[in-house]
Amino acid sequence: MTEKNWPLYEVFIRSKSGLSHRHAGSIHATDDQMALDNARDTYTRRNEGVSIWVVRSDKIVASDPAEYAAFFEPAKDKIYRHPTFYDIPEEVGNM
Amino acid sequence: MATQMNIEQARLTYALRLGDNALVLGQRLIELVTHQPELEEELANANISLDYIGQARMYYSCAGELEGKGRTEDDFALLRDSGEYQNLLLLELPNGHFGDTIVRQVLFDSFYILQLEALLGCDDAGLAEIAARAIKEVRYHLRHVSLWLIRLGDGTQESHARVSQSLLDLWRYTGEMFSGDAVDDCLRDACNGPDLARIQVEWRSNVNAVLAEATLAMPEDEWMIGGGRQGVHTEHMGFLLAEMQHVQRACPGASW
Repeated sequence: MTEKNWPLYEVFIRSKSGLSHRHAGSIHATDDQMALDNARDTYTRRNEGVSIWVVRSDKIVASDPAEYAAFFEPAKDKIYRHPTFYDIPEEVGNM
Repeated sequence: MATQMNIEQARLTYALRLGDNALVLGQRLIELVTHQPELEEELANANISLDYIGQARMYYSCAGELEGKGRTEDDFALLRDSGEYQNLLLLELPNGHFGDTIVRQVLFDSFYILQLEALLGCDDAGLAEIAARAIKEVRYHLRHVSLWLIRLGDGTQESHARVSQSLLDLWRYTGEMFSGDAVDDCLRDACNGPDLARIQVEWRSNVNAVLAEATLAMPEDEWMIGGGRQGVHTEHMGFLLAEMQHVQRACPGASW
């Protein structure tokens, strides 16, 4: 028997209609169909979900932690990008 | 005899047989807990085995009501001896290797799903209600094991050879599913229950479809082993019961 590890998949679960899918964790599977089954058996056995997405972990394009400063720090002092300086009329309600 | 079969007696026996099938298969699968090849399959197997044990509880509790002698689920599961169990022999066989376990379950679940579909519309309200709950679980089980069989059959040369052999080894236990007795006849005729002849035709076609996708050949029908309905079991049954029942036998009435 080969000792090669099965591919890793990331699992996203929507807990109820209307909410968005959230990352729940990861699982191993030999193919997409098995990934969906394994995600179901691992992450929804206590009735946690109404919908599952799985995606091969190596298909996810992620930001590089080494580039954290260039990527995210410039946004830190741009407080004017938060729409907190405007008065919102009562009639508009929640925005 | 067949025409004189008491309907109440037939319903009771039928419920017990359903419970025995579910419990014995559930017990076999429980034995595999901590032995699965992958963590994910470990969880799937544990879920599936507990589904069967949950179903057994429903059938036994239904049987207890039909019998009316105050026997509980535990009495049926833990205090009957081999000769009183009427499960299919296929289900009491040792698990063998992973492919054997998968093939056994494809063969049985393909039958059980059709049996449950028929029970959904039968006149026995108790069994119809249990069937409605069980069928959702079994649909998933069948899908899970069918996909595994397709992967193994259509996988490597070794996996193909192994599951081909599993299929040959287990095939002779499949005839028993369709060789009904007076109880099956009575449930079919008096309660609009499962018609085994019709189920057999559909079973062959469904199993054949999975086998074709798995690039496996359906074995020729040969001499078929039976006896489960009469309580005549393989040599493996006593060991299975000994392990399952020993706490209750050693400490009668013990509870959690």
